[in-house]
Parts: sequence; C-alpha cells; structure tokens
Amino acid sequence: MTERIAEVTGLTKRFGDFTAVDGVTFEVRAGEVLGYLGPNGSGKTTTLRMLLGLLRPTSGEATVLGFDIRREAERIRERVGYMSQRFALYDELTVWENLAFYAGVYGVHDPGRLRQVLAMVGLTGVEADPAGSLPIGWRQRLALATAIIHHPTLLVLDEPTSGVDPVARRGFWDLIYTLAEQGVTAFVTTHYMDEAEYCARVGIMRRGRLLAMDSPSALKRSALPGLAWDVFADPMLPALEALQRLSRVQRAGLAGDHLRAITNADVSAADLEAGLSASDLHAFRVERAEPTLEDVFLTLAGS
Amino acid sequence: MSALIQARGLRRSFGGTVAVDDLSLTVQPGEIYALLGPDGAGKTTAIRLLCGALAADEGEVYLSGYDLRRETEKARAQIGYLPQRFSLYGEMTVLENLHFFAEVRGLSRQDWLPRSTEILQFVELFEFRDRRAEALSGGMRQKLGLAAALIHRPAILLLDEPTGGVDPVTRQSFWQLLIRLLVQGVAVVISTPYMDEASRCTRVGFLSRGRMLVEGTPGQVTAPLEGRILEVAGEPRPVLERLARSLAAVEDVQAFGDRLHVRVGPGAAEAVIRSLGAQAAAQGGRIDSLRRVPPTLEDAFIHLLQQQAGAGQATT
Repeated sequence: MTERIAEVTGLTKRFGDFTAVDGVTFEVRAGEVLGYLGPNGSGKTTTLRMLLGLLRPTSGEATVLGFDIRREAERIRERVGYMSQRFALYDELTVWENLAFYAGVYGVHDPGRLRQVLAMVGLTGVEADPAGSLPIGWRQRLALATAIIHHPTLLVLDEPTSGVDPVARRGFWDLIYTLAEQGVTAFVTTHYMDEAEYCARVGIMRRGRLLAMDSPSALKRSALPGLAWDVFADPMLPALEALQRLSRVQRAGLAGDHLRAITNADVSAADLEAGLSASDLHAFRVERAEPTLEDVFLTLAGS
Repeated sequence: MSALIQARGLRRSFGGTVAVDDLSLTVQPGEIYALLGPDGAGKTTAIRLLCGALAADEGEVYLSGYDLRRETEKARAQIGYLPQRFSLYGEMTVLENLHFFAEVRGLSRQDWLPRSTEILQFVELFEFRDRRAEALSGGMRQKLGLAAALIHRPAILLLDEPTGGVDPVTRQSFWQLLIRLLVQGVAVVISTPYMDEASRCTRVGFLSRGRMLVEGTPGQVTAPLEGRILEVAGEPRPVLERLARSLAAVEDVQAFGDRLHVRVGPGAAEAVIRSLGAQAAAQGGRIDSLRRVPPTLEDAFIHLLQQQAGAGQATT
C-alpha cells in the first residue's frame, strides 16, 4: 500500500505574527487510519482547513487525492466526507430526512444508497425517529452516515468520539475499520489520547509543529528515552514527593492506587526501592509499566 | 474516620428525566475521587448537587460534617468549586479578579492580599498578577480559576472537567498542584470523561445514565480482568481479529490502531496464546507480538457495560 492520498510539504499558516501551523510535512497513505493528536490551539484544525482548501496557506505545498489545495479545492471537497465533533444534524428532522438532506447536497438521489448506509451504521428501523430523540452514540453514527453518503475516498473525523461511552466508542471505531478495509482513508483529529490509540499512525502536534508521526507502538518504543514504572508504596503522597526528588526520575505522578514514574534508562527497580528507603518509605512492589501516548507527548514536548 | 464529603442517596430529575439516581459517595481527606462517565451520564449534575448549586430531590450531603440542607452557609464555606466554564473579568488584572472572588467569599480587608499573594505563588501566577485576565493563555486562565476556587482555603475542592482539550504539559502541572493540595489534606472530586485521568485518582466511580455502575480504586475496578487481556500485534489485522473471535475462550476482541486487545475467560490466557500462535499462519496471518497486558479502566467498563446489556436482554 504505497499509494498516497495526501502529500503535505512544509505547510505553514501565519495569522499576523502568530504561526498557527509551522512547516508541517507528512503523507497520508491509502486505506490507513491516521490520527492527528494535539491540544486545543495546537494547529490541528488550521491544518485541516488548509487541506480542505478552506484556508490559504502562507507557504508550503499540499495535494489531497491528487489535487492541489490552492487551485483545486472544490474537487477535493467533493471527494471528502467530513464529520465534526459537533454533529451537524437537524434535531427536528427524522433520521431519514437528515440523511436525505445531505444526500441531496452531494447529488445522491438513490434511496437504495440511503438504505445501504443506514444498514451499515446500524440504524435500520429508526428511520422515522427524530434525530434529536436518539442517544448520543446513535447520533454519532447518523453523523457518520451523512459523511459517507457520497462514497468519499477520504473521511475526515474531528474528535469523533469525545464524550460517548466506551461501548459506543468502540462500535464507532469498528465501523471506521470496516470502511478502511473497503479502501476509505480516515484522517482523525483529536486532543484525546485514548482516541489516538485507535489510529494506525499518529502525528503529534504542539504549538503548530508536527513533533513526530508513527504507529502508537513505535512512538512508545522510540520517543521515550527512559523507562516507565508502577510503584506501589504506602503512604503514597510522601512516596510521590520522594520519587520526584530522585535525580534520575524524570517525572512522577499519581496513578490511582499506586505511583507512576518515568526514569532514565539506567534505573532499576532496586534503585527506586533504595531511593524510597532513604526517605524511610517502603515500596512493596515496583514493576515496569506500559508507556502511554501521553508519556510520549510529554517527552516530545519537553525536548 | 472523618470523611470530608458524605453524600447518600442523591437523586435529581429535570422534567421527566432522572439525571442523577441514588448516588452515594464518601471522600476522605487527601483523597481524589473521579466521577467518570460519558456526556449526559450525570457528572455535572452530581458535582452541582455536591456543592449545593442544585437542590437534590432526595438524599443528603454532609460537607466536613455540616448538613448542606440545614447548615447551608457553613457547608458551602467548605467548598471550592471550579465549574466547567468559569468566568473571569477579562479587563481586570489577575489580582483584581482574585480580589473580587475573595470579597464574594467573605475574606476580610486585611486578609485578602496576603492570601492572594500566597495562592498566586502556589499556582505560579504571582509574576503575572498585573496582567489582564483576557491576555492569559488557556493554561494560565485555568490556574487562575483554581486560585479563585481556593481563595478561602476550602477543605473540599470540586472540579468539573477541568482539563478538556488542555495541553498535556499544562495538564501535568495542574495535576502537580492537585497533588500538593492532597498532601495538605484537601479532598478533591473531579469529573472527567477521560479514562487516563480517572486512572490517576485514588478512587473512581463510573456513572452511566445517572447511576453509579461501579466504584473503587482503579486497581479494584480492573482486578476482575487481571491476566485476561492479551495484546496481539501483527498482520493482517482483520484475519487475526476473525481468528481470535473464533476461539471459544475469547470473550471479546477490541481493535486498536496497530493492535488488538483480546479478553479471555478466567484462567484461559495461556491456552489462547498457544492457539493464536499455532493457528495464525494457517489462516494467512502473521503475529509479531503476543502478550498479556494490564487491564485498563476502559477494558473494565466495556466488560461491565456488556454484562449489563446482557443481563438486560436476559430479563426482557
């Protein structure tokens, strides 16, 4: 799968003396689920608006689906499906009417296609219900249906599952994976670390810059220069303060009923136990922990 | 034990909708308690019931031992509350904003300035005290909100989704401040939709449709799944997913971006690991890594919600 759905080179957007997007370079591969992770204001949406041709870059180049974002924006937008965190649904209209409305906008007039898309997102049988009466997880699937009604090649999802329960969320991602298997490429912007874990590759944005882009597993392997630890000690808060004072501990924090530390790579469990003993504290268990995307983010942001 | 928050049987409905139903919780000094749940689960209503911004239809709340219904003033004086959307006066400076909140909270003329200085140093905003609030970054605004909530030295801090969309670096430093408050014996309740945030709290209660589904330390909540979550990485994922689903001891398969999480029945991990390893190649798949991983809160809640849905189907 070497076909590229988008190629972005040195993309930059300045507003006055504020650089919202700063020399961003990446590619989107056909059929992948690509995440674009960053806090509010990090440049995610500005990047997206440029890629959809809604905002003119200050400098840099990009093609999406083979079309130039400056000169062929309309042709890009015809082929892209867009779903935002604020689902643009009409609450008073029924499920069917909402879908028919978006189908009309895209010039889709085949009722068979509407039925097919409703079946795919699991909403067959509720066609006559007002959209406003649906649970949030169903509204989200209806919003997805409106975004894919015109067979887009590229699906853009803006924080698609923030605020929904875990079961609805995974059901939604299973739908995205099904679409990906059918060849649809998904570009997902999110500030939500959990959501980024659902992406095959993740780009990490901060203050307009793309700090890294790779699979979540690879980011955790490569970006973190040290080790992650779970430390079970009692009492916990004094132990936390003691860990934070140790020189080879980069970061320590609470993790529910235990503590979590990121240390230099040469630190052993015995070192941490000894460090706590020196403060008359006892660690009854110290074990290696799984790094998270947040660990990756914090490390990249710090360097 | 003298719990700082004791709530029993709280219930509140709006029109015909029950937003919070039979909610009880107890929070001790130095504890941080997460109210975790999706949008609409009742988190904000619960927080507002705890601080008295909303009256409960049923149930009672004691704050540092004061009955919120009958000793309202004393009970409320125990609380610092940071709502989801808090207002600051944009054209006023950081210090002027704090002066305002100090007056609202009844601090005396002699008291407000030294306390403001102290709390601004605590949240690392002292050097910005003369900056207008509208010129603060998002993270600094949030710290000023926290300072305002803490101005009267409350024993209890209620935070309604304080870190949504915030830079993880800012979130990290916000948490460091919370930890220092916990060390001082403050009790904190935080509402959050984020599993990773809840997993940092002393205890977590999972809200769904206004009801508390489960409560405990993160370790207690995930304990039933200990040793039962396998991480599978390899190609092609759909093949591995179908294979995993075909095994009898596999209860559930969750696809992530570059791997699968497979939940197996109690004691079945070794057998499933062997079966997956033995059968992958014959099915046209390749396994790159296969190991047990610690269960997450998300694993636990999906398990719980599935059990609940299963029980619902069985009885109808």
